[in-house]
This record gives sequence, C-alpha cells and structure tokens, in this order.
Amino acid sequence: MIEYGSYECPYCAKADELLSGLPVQRAFRHFPVVSKHPRSRVLAHASEAAGLQGRFWDMHDALMGDQAHLDDPHLWQRCDALGLDLARFEADRRSDAVAERVQCDFRSAIRAGLTTTPSLVIGGVIYPGVPGADLLERLPGRP
Amino acid sequence: MIEPGSEAPDFTLSDQDGNEVSLADLEGQTSVLVFYPLDFSPVCTDQLNVYQEVLPDLEEQGAKLYGVSVDSAFAHKAFQEQLGVSIPLLADFNPKGEVAKAYGVYVDERGHSRRALVMIGPDLTVKWAYHASSPLEVPGANLIFDALQAA
Repeated sequence: MIEYGSYECPYCAKADELLSGLPVQRAFRHFPVVSKHPRSRVLAHASEAAGLQGRFWDMHDALMGDQAHLDDPHLWQRCDALGLDLARFEADRRSDAVAERVQCDFRSAIRAGLTTTPSLVIGGVIYPGVPGADLLERLPGRP
Repeated sequence: MIEPGSEAPDFTLSDQDGNEVSLADLEGQTSVLVFYPLDFSPVCTDQLNVYQEVLPDLEEQGAKLYGVSVDSAFAHKAFQEQLGVSIPLLADFNPKGEVAKAYGVYVDERGHSRRALVMIGPDLTVKWAYHASSPLEVPGANLIFDALQAA
C-alpha cells in the first residue's frame, strides 16, 4: 500500500493513525501542496533527512503524532529525542539530494492524477481521503 | 460540452482584480480554462491548490491557466488570497454563467458550471476538453500535461 500524504495535513494524521499497526506493508510518499500546507515541503525534507540517519519512520511518526508543533525548534527537539546528529540533519534537509527525493514523490503523485491528501494507492487503485471502515476491512493481510 | 476543433466562444470577463480578460488576449498562447463550481467549496480548493503547485511546469510547457466560475471578482479575490494561489480567476458573474453556457458546461439546476477543463490553442480553437463525471471528481493535473503533449 502506498500512502501519499503531508505532515501538515490533519487528515493525513488521521489516516496514519488508522493505518499504523495494520498487517500491511506501507510505503509513504510525499505529496506536499505548499499553497495549502505551507510547511509541508520543509517537513517532508526533515523526515527524509532523518531517514538518512536511519530514523525515517520515527521522525514520520513524531511529525504525524503532533502537528501542533512543526516549526524548526520543534524539529530540533525531535532530533534530540531521536538521538540524531543535528548538524548532519540540518545539512541534509537543505540538500539537493533530499529535495530531489521529495520532488520525485511529488511528481509521481501528479503523474498518478492525485489531487488531495491523504491518498492511498492499493493494487493500482487510488483511494482519496481518510480511509473508511470498508476500505480498512478490505486491506490485504487483514484477517 | 464544446468539442475539440471548434472555435472557442468569445468572452470578456473580469479577473479577481477587476481587469478584463478577453478571448482575444489568449491569442498566441496555449490556455486552459478551468471551469469549477464555486469559490470556497472544499473540492475546488483542492483542485486549484494542486494546479498551483504545477504552475511553473505548465508555464514551462507554454500553457497558461485561468480559473472560471460564476462567483464575483470580489469573491475571487478573497478566494485567491485564502488559497495563496496566483492562477487568475475570471468572474462569469453577470450575466451569470454566460461563458459556461457558451462552452456547454453550465448546470442549470445547480446554478453553476460543472468541473471542466478546456484547452484553447494559440489560434483560439479548442484543442482539448474534459469534464468531470461528478462535482466531486477533481481532474488531476496529469490530464493537462497529457493534453499538452498530445497537442
């Protein structure tokens, strides 16, 4: 299951909460729509920078879990809590490589015709919005 | 809905700043009229936000976007500012929906246009047109890129 989302999108946080812990393999891709969520791209870069230190999902969960604190000092606090090398994190999140990684996800969302966050892609079918109970019950791997 | 190959129906509408935009102003460029139901409605918001994100890529390919709805220029201005988008928004306000009707995308029983995209070539003929199957369907920006490639 591919999950397109943004760390500033409250519906994405809800979707993430519903999907976490389910027995399905998840891939998260960034779909930062900056005109709607001004810090979405900055935050996508932050999670990818954490990923370069092996802590993508930890940063992902920390961002989705508290969307009231998404400014730079809050990112640094998360880095501290996760034991990240802050200097490296700061350099990485501003790097061309990380920007390209996020832009690659964004382009793939546009190519797929996505128009909102969150959007799930399961078996080639797009499901926009927070997944409902019907969809959750039908996910592969569910008992 | 208007068919590709047709001459684009003439129009003159005010944008969000009160400037008049006419069909003749589109001559020599590829333009996409983005007909949408109403300012401030949730689905329209998502649509314009996503198009805004790919505006530089569309402009790089020589395309200019114009949003069109039955809202007034004043409503468009507020909507544009709230969304943080720079796409010009044209007011098909008075007579209400006249341009939408000319392009065959007005829904009488609802009093607004359906969600539709119309690509107008530099020669002011319609090159491509798409209408959403329901007001809840948001045409992805990929459709515009595909149409540009095919044009």
